[in-house]
Amino acid sequence: MQITVTVNGESRSGDVEPRLLLVDWLRNSLGLTGTHVGCDTTGCGACTVLLDGKPVKSCTVFAVQANGMTVETVEGLKSNGQLHPIQAGFKENHGLQCGFCTPGMMLVGKALLEDNPNPSESEVRWAISGNLCRCTGYTNIVKSIQWAGQQLQSAGDQS
Amino acid sequence: MYPAPFDYVAPTSLEEAVEELAQRGDDARVLAGGQSLIPMMKLRLAVPAALVDINRVPGLDSIQEANGHLAIGALVRNNDIVDSDIVERTNHTVAAAAPWISDPIVRNRGTLCGSVAHCDPEGDWNSVMLAVGAEVVARSATGERVIPIADFIADFFTNTLQPGEMVTEVRIPKYTGRAGGTYIKLERKVGDYATAAVATHLQLEDDGRIAQAGIAMTSVAPINRKATEAEQMLVGQTPSAELFGEAAQAAANAADPETNVRGPAEYKRDLIRVYTRRGLAKALEIAQGS
Repeated sequence: MQITVTVNGESRSGDVEPRLLLVDWLRNSLGLTGTHVGCDTTGCGACTVLLDGKPVKSCTVFAVQANGMTVETVEGLKSNGQLHPIQAGFKENHGLQCGFCTPGMMLVGKALLEDNPNPSESEVRWAISGNLCRCTGYTNIVKSIQWAGQQLQSAGDQS
Repeated sequence: MYPAPFDYVAPTSLEEAVEELAQRGDDARVLAGGQSLIPMMKLRLAVPAALVDINRVPGLDSIQEANGHLAIGALVRNNDIVDSDIVERTNHTVAAAAPWISDPIVRNRGTLCGSVAHCDPEGDWNSVMLAVGAEVVARSATGERVIPIADFIADFFTNTLQPGEMVTEVRIPKYTGRAGGTYIKLERKVGDYATAAVATHLQLEDDGRIAQAGIAMTSVAPINRKATEAEQMLVGQTPSAELFGEAAQAAANAADPETNVRGPAEYKRDLIRVYTRRGLAKALEIAQGS
């Protein structure tokens, strides 16, 4: 089936079998390997992307379902060579160790901050409760997302 | 992991969707959120010949108050229910259960109607639906019928839809006056199935006696099971801690849990007793405060 999806702001088309999972189209057809396959069973959140702005597990969505929609992956976060505040937050706060869960964590964090620019620790922990990290114990991930929220707010205050 | 190959159609109207289902019969499955169906297809536990993706059908994504009930459409996502002011105002049992469905990302896709149709006894929604006395609206190319939830759940992963029918809506009665309820669940981690869970619902008479009682249990039987005997013990009675304790024991007796990775059978049975007692107390507190 022919599909056209806006991926990170760019229109991308492809001919896909209906059973092709969105994550595999992104990784194998478009070469966007920043989206990871962890458990492949809807459990870990490593494959999280934003589908029309909402976090979804791309191992549990078929590529054909995204036809006509927008997808944002970790590769779409930076702009003009600058890290997005959520990326800078993970860098500044040591929010990653091995990095496997990081793309999913950052996209969930970005979506959370759009709804709730100044989340409490428990609100961040609630939002990332569908994403597993096996390295950091989550503390620095929570700090990274809150740090990004503060950056986004102060950037908003200045503009 | 990949599902077996299947045909895929994405109708853009309800008429077109039910026509596809009529033509394809039992070989087709409806794809709404897909958060249970796609994993089952990847494991080849489900091998449908065709998927009828209803995500592009308009008019199925609303939560509405109509004719004394709350109507939840087939494309209402679980997070829509978490965020819904109407649900919070009209049904405490539904509102209490919504944040416990899977995890926040899965709730962006997964639907209440899909979970109801899936009939997984470890799913939360059918216990809630049994406790509050919901109805399922089934549509086919030839018409529509309304099925009480207890008649809709046939067996383990089996509903009573006929080939060519799809769920378009779940109707939850709107309780007026003094009503309350809750859902209490133990899960090992976010996103896991319930070790055990209990949905409760109480409606009080003006004099404080119990007019209606709903109790249903998750993960402790081959289907989501109503604790009918416990419900009957409550109706017409004046609420008391002692009465709730007896009903809770009756609910525990009606559970038929299995020992598995989530715990021993006797532990789960006792969870049912404790959660029923707590759930009834919470339902009463809400009903008396309303």
